[in-house]
Amino acid sequence: MSVPTTPSQTVGPYFSIGFSWLDRSDLAEGATEGTRVTLWGRVLDGADQPVPDAVLEIWQADAQGRYAHPDDVGELATGSKFFGFGRVPVKDTGEFSFTTIKPGRVAGPDGRLQAPHLVVSVFMRGLLRRLVTRIYFPEDPANETDSALTLVPSHRRRTLIAQAGAGDKETLVWDVHLQGKEETVFFE
Amino acid sequence: MVPAKAFDLTRQGQGEPLGERIVVSGRVLDQDGQAVRESLVEIWQANSAGRYLHKMDQHDAPLDPNFTGVGQTFTDEEGRYRFITIRPGAYPWRNHQNAWRPQHIHFSLFGPAFATRLVTQMYFPGDPLLEFDPIFNSVADDQAKKSLISKFDWATTTPEIALGFLFDIILCGRNATPMER
Repeated sequence: MSVPTTPSQTVGPYFSIGFSWLDRSDLAEGATEGTRVTLWGRVLDGADQPVPDAVLEIWQADAQGRYAHPDDVGELATGSKFFGFGRVPVKDTGEFSFTTIKPGRVAGPDGRLQAPHLVVSVFMRGLLRRLVTRIYFPEDPANETDSALTLVPSHRRRTLIAQAGAGDKETLVWDVHLQGKEETVFFE
Repeated sequence: MVPAKAFDLTRQGQGEPLGERIVVSGRVLDQDGQAVRESLVEIWQANSAGRYLHKMDQHDAPLDPNFTGVGQTFTDEEGRYRFITIRPGAYPWRNHQNAWRPQHIHFSLFGPAFATRLVTQMYFPGDPLLEFDPIFNSVADDQAKKSLISKFDWATTTPEIALGFLFDIILCGRNATPMER
């Protein structure tokens, strides 16, 4: 028996009062291993104007490719406090930033290892449901064979791959383009 | 991480918030009718005057110093959750001439997988504004739309304390989309 799901409704303009208790600037708090990175970016509308009140929800695995989730087949290291989830609100300028560790590779639904990536939900007023996308890491050879990335036409893949920042190698840049020529790839 | 009292929005201030106390409870299930256990449920809402504790809400109605409108809880082993709160007021939202949102509570649920994440709104039975609300009516299917309206419930109505409303939520199955577990 399969019953219909409860329909999604917009988060409305005031959702930050309910969401902000899980705001994080460090997604890898409690992680004992992994390469530290800082992500910086903007949420932009179709006219390239900043969106001041969006929130990103980030999920990620730890450096070994394990999610902090009871269903994960792998187990987190004993005593690990790694959580790998947090909300990152954008500022009035549409900018956001957070630090984390580069996650390890996680097996996809087909059993093949995926490239390291962060899973992202975008919430903002006016959207009937969240937008779902991913952040991959630049110059990772695993990107070439990633099962989700290779579904995307090659000229649009770069919307899913963060770029090394000018000068500062530890800061990666990744923007969300909600619409327009550079629209970010969103998954169903 | 969630304070034990976070399910009770009438006990967050120095005193009691103004308005009609209500108990909102229900079950979170998946599409196969299985309980969604130990899963985070978040709510946020306007106060009884129809005002949100948000810097952008400029509706000319009073804030309540004893009401944040924000709560969290976890479902139990049978997928049950329960909040004690204040019935939210309707409020104008300037979407069109004389536009008023029906009384509603925002719900945010996680479920067992990335694909089961849901944000929705719960409404109240008999609200005259429902038929005029573009957000409620953005749901095309009539049955699905009705599933967003809570039911008045004697069993959870607490004598001398609060009316009870039931709101069950169905999340998609964990295998519904192949993208993420």
